[in-house]
Amino acid sequence: MSASASTTAAESGLAISFTDVEKRYGSHVALRRLSLKIAPGEFVALVGANGSGKTTLLRMAALLSRPTSGKVEFQNAVPTSDALTPAEIKLRIGMVGHFTMLYDELSAEENLRFFASLYGLNNPHKIAAESLIPAGLSARAKDLVRTFSRGMRQRLAIARALLANPSILLFDEPAAGLDREGASWLAQTLSALRKSGATVIMSSHGQSEALTLATRAIAMRGGTLIEDSGPNGNARAIIEREAAPIVGIWDGAQ
Amino acid sequence: MNSRAKSVSLTRAIASVFAKELRVEFRSFELLTSTIVFALIVVFVFSFAFNPSAADSRRFGAGFLWIALLFASSLMLQPSFTRERANDSLAALVLAPIDPFAIIAGKLFANFFFLILVELILLPAFSVLYNVPLLGIIGPLAGVMLLGTFGIATVGTVFAAIASQARMRELLLPLLLLPALVPLLIASVGATMGLLSDSRELPSAWVAVMVCFDIMFFTAAWLFGGYLLEE
Amino acid sequence: MASRIRESIFGQALASVSVSVLIGFAIYGALIWAPTEKTMGFLQRIFYFHAASGEVMILAFCAAFIGNVGYLIRRKIEWDWLAISSVEVGLIFNTISLVTGPIWAKPAWGIWWDWGDARLTSTFVLWVLYIGYVILRRMIENPERRAVVSSVFGVFAFLDVPLVYFSIWWWRTQHPPPLITKPGGLAPDMLKVFFFTMAALTALMAIFIRQRYKLEAVRHTVAEMQIEADYRNEGGAK
Repeated sequence: MSASASTTAAESGLAISFTDVEKRYGSHVALRRLSLKIAPGEFVALVGANGSGKTTLLRMAALLSRPTSGKVEFQNAVPTSDALTPAEIKLRIGMVGHFTMLYDELSAEENLRFFASLYGLNNPHKIAAESLIPAGLSARAKDLVRTFSRGMRQRLAIARALLANPSILLFDEPAAGLDREGASWLAQTLSALRKSGATVIMSSHGQSEALTLATRAIAMRGGTLIEDSGPNGNARAIIEREAAPIVGIWDGAQ
Repeated sequence: MNSRAKSVSLTRAIASVFAKELRVEFRSFELLTSTIVFALIVVFVFSFAFNPSAADSRRFGAGFLWIALLFASSLMLQPSFTRERANDSLAALVLAPIDPFAIIAGKLFANFFFLILVELILLPAFSVLYNVPLLGIIGPLAGVMLLGTFGIATVGTVFAAIASQARMRELLLPLLLLPALVPLLIASVGATMGLLSDSRELPSAWVAVMVCFDIMFFTAAWLFGGYLLEE
Repeated sequence: MASRIRESIFGQALASVSVSVLIGFAIYGALIWAPTEKTMGFLQRIFYFHAASGEVMILAFCAAFIGNVGYLIRRKIEWDWLAISSVEVGLIFNTISLVTGPIWAKPAWGIWWDWGDARLTSTFVLWVLYIGYVILRRMIENPERRAVVSSVFGVFAFLDVPLVYFSIWWWRTQHPPPLITKPGGLAPDMLKVFFFTMAALTALMAIFIRQRYKLEAVRHTVAEMQIEADYRNEGGAK
């Protein structure tokens, strides 16, 4: 987010490629023979109804989920001969999921400090405190996450994902639970990330402010890609057609 | 933000997860208080059921003690993974650039530590209720307790990860865990019984079985535990 | 295709018939041909099947362990089929051994069950462990998760086997069992029958595992076809 981070995000960018990826949960096919390449620095909007495979795709790109068959690969922007280890890939990935991935029994600051320590960040105290500022949670730093509203938890979840300056951001319905103010904070944050050269893959089943930032749109249905605008295509058209026009459904939810 | 993320060593990652487990538990003490109360209840119930004399206690006391611990731990180990499911925080741990074994091991050492705390309360209570003096054998007894408890925590943590992925997990954990702990139970009871006898001798064969058990299963957890965290 | 099916049916029939003949000889050997033991009498004859089942059970659980480790390393579902097939067949022999154990123990030791006997008691612990394996599998729907999770459990269960055996064996040495006589060595003819029975049961085990494995493969194929059919019905295969 700072100047130094903006250069590193572009340099440490990774290309992600899915080759013939299939994921099954028993007889349910979550992804069907899916192939997809995403270049460093792209901002991809994944649109489609619930159950179309967006979450599975994101979790697979985060190395959380293992394909039943096919391959998910990551390549350096400048190709190197050595294959990347899972830890090297994970270092550069930040993810926001359906759930907060936070500990309710810990305070906001303790949560961030714990995750900062797992990412080997120097001075986790300072980093945790600094990350709470843009999320607007500094005043509640010492409060347990259990006492937070839905929107505050979501902002903290996003702050957690951004802790280690990742160059790939996987956001699964990040606007869920955010009020209008939170949604525009999210859009600003994502816009800054896009400028810094980070890759963003964001799923959404409805329209949201953040979707307007997308440079590429992919529509999914039944575990397959039904439409892909490509890096230079008309992302907007796909988003308007496929994402439900339910702007503001989360407004006033909290 | 000038600091860049880097992979941390296995020991540091284990220490972080361990510290997190303790911090979460010490916020509420929910798990520890329930487990301690449960273990004490089992010890009480045994004394009502068997009404042992002082001589009986020295013969059977070791068994009561370890059965109480075994039952208590099969309850206590349950939440170590299910607790992480509520907010999908387990995914956040797997997302981190650490060896997946660090997650298992951090929890394993935390469970070991919690069980030791339970024993610190259970042992004096046992000693008083069953008229078994423990002070004279405190050194070797501590060794036996540590070895036995480490084995329970090792297999228990891995099996908690196993059971957490299945239906009826609450029922499944004791069902899988208790038979697997049979050799450890036999050895722990054997060693403790030796200490409680008149000769106060520590049977080395039992200590050897416990050491073997601990090393074998800790190694197995190291080699295979990480698989349990995939999706 | 048709000729392949015919061939495999012929092969299966041949294998089944030969194993049945082997088992027939084993029964004849154990019940008629072998000399009657002096002190234990006719009931001692169950020993041949009791002991041989115990040995065959160990073989089957070894195969299951190979399947478990193979799956975790190679990640091919076929290894998991080998594991579950072997566990189920192993459990059959385990149960036979457990049921015949007390029947033999009564005339041999004068009691139905001796907790201090390392073999019999470990057999019981193994039975509980591997029943746990089967129950665990029934509680997980997704075949991939089921394979991973049960493989890890299978590895732990198998590593437990020697520890169970030795701990009970040592335990026994500390608590002299209440039995009167333990049988000494077997007469040479008895030994012959014992080894023959073991060979026959091993062949039976192999054929059972093979059939069970095939069943699993067929189930897999059916599931695949079902998925494909569902996909077509949904109109996905445009």
